[in-house]
Amino acid sequence: MSALAQVGQVARRSILRTARQPANIIFPFVFPTALLAVTSAGLHSATRIPGFPSDSFLAFFLAFPFIQGALFATMNAGTDLARDIQTGFLNRLSLTSMRGSALLGGQLAGIVALGVIQAVFYVLVGVIVGVRFASGPAGVLVLLVFAALISLAFGALGSFLALRTGSGESVQGLFPVLFVFLFISSMNTPRDLIAVDWFRVLASLNPVSYLIECVRSLIITGWDPEALVLGFGIATLIAIASLFLAARALGRRLERT
Amino acid sequence: MADEHGIEAEGLVRTFKGDIVAVDGIDLRVEPGEIYGFLGPNGAGKSTTVHMLTTLLPPTSGTARVAGYDIVKQGPQVRQAIGAALQEAALDNLLTGREHLRLQCALHGISRAERKVRSQELLERVGLTRAADRKVGGYSGGMKRRLDLALALAHRPTILFLDEPTTGLDPQSRSALWTEVARLAREDGVTVFLTTQYLEEADVLADRVGIIDHGHIVAEGTPDELKAQIGRPTLEAIPGDGATPESIARILEQFGEPTGGSVKGVAVRLEHGVEDLAGIVRALDAEGIKLQNLELHAPSLDDVFLAKTGRSLEGAAEEEEAEVT
Repeated sequence: MSALAQVGQVARRSILRTARQPANIIFPFVFPTALLAVTSAGLHSATRIPGFPSDSFLAFFLAFPFIQGALFATMNAGTDLARDIQTGFLNRLSLTSMRGSALLGGQLAGIVALGVIQAVFYVLVGVIVGVRFASGPAGVLVLLVFAALISLAFGALGSFLALRTGSGESVQGLFPVLFVFLFISSMNTPRDLIAVDWFRVLASLNPVSYLIECVRSLIITGWDPEALVLGFGIATLIAIASLFLAARALGRRLERT
Repeated sequence: MADEHGIEAEGLVRTFKGDIVAVDGIDLRVEPGEIYGFLGPNGAGKSTTVHMLTTLLPPTSGTARVAGYDIVKQGPQVRQAIGAALQEAALDNLLTGREHLRLQCALHGISRAERKVRSQELLERVGLTRAADRKVGGYSGGMKRRLDLALALAHRPTILFLDEPTTGLDPQSRSALWTEVARLAREDGVTVFLTTQYLEEADVLADRVGIIDHGHIVAEGTPDELKAQIGRPTLEAIPGDGATPESIARILEQFGEPTGGSVKGVAVRLEHGVEDLAGIVRALDAEGIKLQNLELHAPSLDDVFLAKTGRSLEGAAEEEEAEVT
């Protein structure tokens, strides 16, 4: 069986697992959407700040669920893999002809598929509430590619943690940390409009700001090369680093000869 | 399905962090088509041995060949030749039995058309046809173990490793699994390496038994050979009204050596076998000692374990835990 076919089998299982756990479906879809609704209603007046890049806070804030959805991907990938380690299912897979890369690839393919489905959902939510995507249909496609990339990056990070610790609790322990990164970013306000100096500096140092700004540029600005290069560049770097770490941890975890 | 190679290991050692020696120089040979029972208490090194022989864990030193392949240098070939059901049925509660089998067959490289047929065949064999499309989370322990066995057989292995396959099962499920394992060896010629902590399981199923304790094989042979090494039966006397274990021990020790195997009374291994029985009854009667019960036990594998290690197998696991804590 080819490595690609093995990836397909593992990915199919990953998607089936997610589809059969209502909590894994509901939270990534409902929670970011609810937060989008509440925050947009509450912070609408922020659009009156001089220099605010949009007259719709909802359009401005729509970038948030894309990133939060990717964080949920981290949790799903990590906890599923940790469970496989804890239950011995990983040993079962290890006793087949499956390549180690297919295990990681398959798991991540499932997470990426879910990430893209989430992104499509958020795009639809945006369209339904009247957000006009400034970059047009091509921009929406780029947005979906970016959603796949960040799901891969954060999914690989979750997989790394699971493989390194073998514990679902450890993976879940990371979630608040990632949430802190999300909140100390340009999530609510453009960086140049953040009045508090230390917050602006932290938001500028925080890679999550550039991921949000990449998504946001496609929604409210149009084609912004700088935002796209920074967003894709940082997401690619996170993906490469996480995949490297996850592959190394997998090699150590799978001691098989 | 029979293979001309079985399992051979020489000086197999596995240590873990903190200089813990889990397996300490094991030599063993399992003939093709044989059921080999690997008997020992918890923590004796059974599962570590299985993990090494199934290529999941590299040995610290020593060599082993499984199905003719070196476990260190030819891991993929070993995995292709073996099936394994490891301790605790490692299943995904969210998948159905059929989905498990399809995934297992696919990852073993079985073609799509054959996967369907093979999955159905295995579901029928282990009696899970009706539950095939139910999620495994709703299966009983026995059903999970049967599915585990079916998964191990998906790619028609010539050697099967079963790591404590009946632990936690009810007697009916245990018996059903024994029947299937015996059938696999007798009819399909599959070599079975079975670890167990149950004396009865090793006695009923295994052609040969290796007894492991503290990482060493302390005895090996057919169950009858091992029992013959002990040879003499054990007599156990439970004190009745007014009698004390000490007073009984004083009499019984004239007829054999104490074994320490009795909880409620006194047990001795009889020096001359059953013929001592009449003399014992007379001696006890002469002393006016009343008994609640007097039992003659044929030698068991537990007696073998006791003779080789100085401990009873059934109490050994608790002792291990007490030592650790």
